[in-house]
Amino acid sequence: MKGVRHYPGFLGLTILCLVILYAPLIVVMAYSFNGSTSITQWGGFSMRWYVDVFTGPDAKRFGQAAWNSITIALMAATAATIIATAAALAMVKGGRFRGRGASFALINLPLMVPEIVTAVASLIFFTAIGLTTGYGTILVAHMAFCIPFAFLPIAARLEGIEASYEQAARDLYATRAQAFRLILLPLLAPGLASGWLLAFIISLDDFIITNFVKGAGMETLPTAIFGSVKQGIKPNIMAISTLMLAVSVLFVTAAYLINRKGRQTP
Amino acid sequence: MAGGDDSWRPLAPRLLIPTWVVIGLFSLLPVILMAVYSFLTKEFRGGVIWDFTLAAYDQFFIDRGLFGDEPARLEWTYINIFGRSLLQAAICTALCLVVGFPTAWFIATRPARTRAVWLFLITIPYWVNLLIRTVSLKFLIRDNGPLNEALMSIGLTSGPLPLVNTNLAVQLGLFYSYLPFMVLPIYAAVERYNFALSEAAADLYASRWTTLREIVLPVVKPGIIAGCILVFVPALGAFLAPDLLGGAKTFMIGSLIEEQFKGSQGNWPFGAAVSMILLTLVLIALIFYARTAAREGAR
Amino acid sequence: MTTAIDIRSVVKTFGEFTALHGVSLDIADNAFFTLLGPSGCGKTTLLRLIAGFEAVTAGEIRLFGEDIARLEPNRRPVNTVFQHYALFPHMSVIDNVAFGLKMQGLDLSGRRARAGKMLEMVHLSAFADRLPSQLSGGQQQRVALARALAPAPKVLLLDEPLSALDLKLRQAMRVELKQLQEDTGITFIFVTHDQEEALTMSDRIAVMSAGQVQQIGTAQEIYEAPSNRFVADFIGETNLLEVDVHQVHEGRATLTLPGGHRLSCPSALVAPGRHSLSIRPERVTISDSAELSAADLSATVERVVYLGSDLQVLTRLADDTAFTIRLQNAARTEVPSPGAQIGLHLEEGAARLLAD
Repeated sequence: MKGVRHYPGFLGLTILCLVILYAPLIVVMAYSFNGSTSITQWGGFSMRWYVDVFTGPDAKRFGQAAWNSITIALMAATAATIIATAAALAMVKGGRFRGRGASFALINLPLMVPEIVTAVASLIFFTAIGLTTGYGTILVAHMAFCIPFAFLPIAARLEGIEASYEQAARDLYATRAQAFRLILLPLLAPGLASGWLLAFIISLDDFIITNFVKGAGMETLPTAIFGSVKQGIKPNIMAISTLMLAVSVLFVTAAYLINRKGRQTP
Repeated sequence: MAGGDDSWRPLAPRLLIPTWVVIGLFSLLPVILMAVYSFLTKEFRGGVIWDFTLAAYDQFFIDRGLFGDEPARLEWTYINIFGRSLLQAAICTALCLVVGFPTAWFIATRPARTRAVWLFLITIPYWVNLLIRTVSLKFLIRDNGPLNEALMSIGLTSGPLPLVNTNLAVQLGLFYSYLPFMVLPIYAAVERYNFALSEAAADLYASRWTTLREIVLPVVKPGIIAGCILVFVPALGAFLAPDLLGGAKTFMIGSLIEEQFKGSQGNWPFGAAVSMILLTLVLIALIFYARTAAREGAR
Repeated sequence: MTTAIDIRSVVKTFGEFTALHGVSLDIADNAFFTLLGPSGCGKTTLLRLIAGFEAVTAGEIRLFGEDIARLEPNRRPVNTVFQHYALFPHMSVIDNVAFGLKMQGLDLSGRRARAGKMLEMVHLSAFADRLPSQLSGGQQQRVALARALAPAPKVLLLDEPLSALDLKLRQAMRVELKQLQEDTGITFIFVTHDQEEALTMSDRIAVMSAGQVQQIGTAQEIYEAPSNRFVADFIGETNLLEVDVHQVHEGRATLTLPGGHRLSCPSALVAPGRHSLSIRPERVTISDSAELSAADLSATVERVVYLGSDLQVLTRLADDTAFTIRLQNAARTEVPSPGAQIGLHLEEGAARLLAD
């Protein structure tokens, strides 16, 4: 007798799901260690394409693109986290106030509008107000786009923190600012960390919006990879992809561990 | 405590100022401006002239022949592209549901310890760069790629299957891109599901599959609808999968929009108009979702 | 006697809802004062107004003569023990206890010494460096007490602090809390919905209902002399009978019980008429049917419920009103059997006429 939770075939579909999700990634990872210049033939295990990424003819272009990606992601994620924290405090602790519903819709706007529409709208906006598209426009667009992603884990964490902690601090002679800094902020920290990490990954991964607002001559890692792939998949792209994949896995693991630790001490 | 926290309540409006400034200025205002642009006249170097016209929408819906002197007929070119995109997005949503629901159910019914591992495995691809995932898929299924090599070496096919540049490849790309979006909300709903309901149904002589149809699916419906929206909306406006895995015959809305803003052949008002039509379709889907969610919530 | 807290006509509204309708009460210094009432009666709201977590809508709260109703919570020399303790989860036990001292600007060595002494007082010195999550419920409760007492507040507020503990621990803590209050000499204001807790610990009790104070008095006063129907019904078990009061003269009322027997009992009521009479179940003795004519009331036994130390006899009066009697489960107690006709005799002071 199997329990009511069991359905025959569900395990099979789950495994199929994982195979579909992972097969392409694993194949690319494997081929990134291919010693051959041809992408079809296996030429033995080699790290040559990883060396190529850092020293080859494209190294300078990809290096600059990676630098742009990382600096933009760092700044956009940090700004988005600060803005999202303020918003989460207002939405979770502010009770009912005029414009709450509209604010909630606004925070989630970047999630509801299809990315390509956001991209088009941003390009039109920056052109209309006469901003030169480039580093700055990418940064600003990412900042706005990342806010809802940072908001979700921060608001969720904040909802789990009872008001009595802050009240206890106020009762014990802490000012508002002290209660915030010494009690609320440390309790909120895991939410802030996962919010920041998610925003960082979202910014680092974004292709469509960046592609529209980057202007000529400006590249981030995804747009540089896209440009290169248009001429065919080369082995060094597979090495770069594997490296980015590793970074993503690292970040998700970090976010996961921080969250789990956060849950143990509510 | 009802109505929030006394010490934060007066601060709430001020705390939202940065959000209003950043999202309002850099997300909301651009969309409004885009709506305005869709009614402007195109300039040939890419850009607009501030003359209001319905030309962009006219171009989308109405065919007046090559020189614009024939009687107006319905223009099918763009409607077909939308039709294909809607069909692809719908098929993708259905496929994701068929695979995603059992996966979500299976994970949610694991013991707590292994559940975290399964969930983690599903989440990772969700956070891996979509471009890299799409490129990887292209690498896997291309004519002389590993998949075709494998199929030929085991003798299943004599020559390479022409997968790339077909609707099938685009569908596979969409499915692969958005599958995690289906699994996660359904998982959240199943995790909250009270399994005593299934036991009660079994106790009252319902078979496993009857229980699934009559009890489980209606109860976790909000999660299923959320998953469908999360897959359908981005699939409809997808750019990378059709662009990298498809060709001229698999053209979708995303590529149509992108073309209008590339180089000097672009037509910004037309691109804005196509974006507006896409946005309208998405809003209809979201309103449908909000109404269903409100109805479920009221029950 | 000095007044520690003087609450004058305090009103609190939350939007449309009025939580407190003009509450006034005095709380003497060095007293164990309890706010008792069912959930939603406004007792916790009153406590939070004294602490400063909510602002009064109208009225004054005076602490040793000074109006504190509009001060921020960190400017009020009162401290709170929260219902679920609200121990800061990211700080060690000693840091929790020292938090208020740190906020008051005490230097590190002073904080250490005082917090150490407080932990000693609650027998938790060995746990100073643990995190709150590593303590049992009872230990967390004592840390919360030590934390609130460390800054030597003028008044200590306790918001149902025992509700999360199991029965044995709760009973032990009652004695400890009362002892602590007497040792420190600080006024304790204790909020609870548990009447037994209130009766065992308090010097004075304010019974609250629907945002109003119904009665203030010692445990004995509110039990023996409830001023109205709500208090009589809420505190302990009681039988409420509708009776006709014929006359009131010099603090005594004459009335007719159901069944016709006349009774004279002490009363503050002024007007004769129809009123509620409260009769405590343990103040009634029973006799068998042979002496029915001499009894105050006659009843039919329906069921006898065994409660260990007591027996509860459920009966029905001639007019079909339910009436409960408590008998001590002693060797000499004669237990009536269901269906038997019995006579009920009210002891002197067993019956009390109620104001409404």
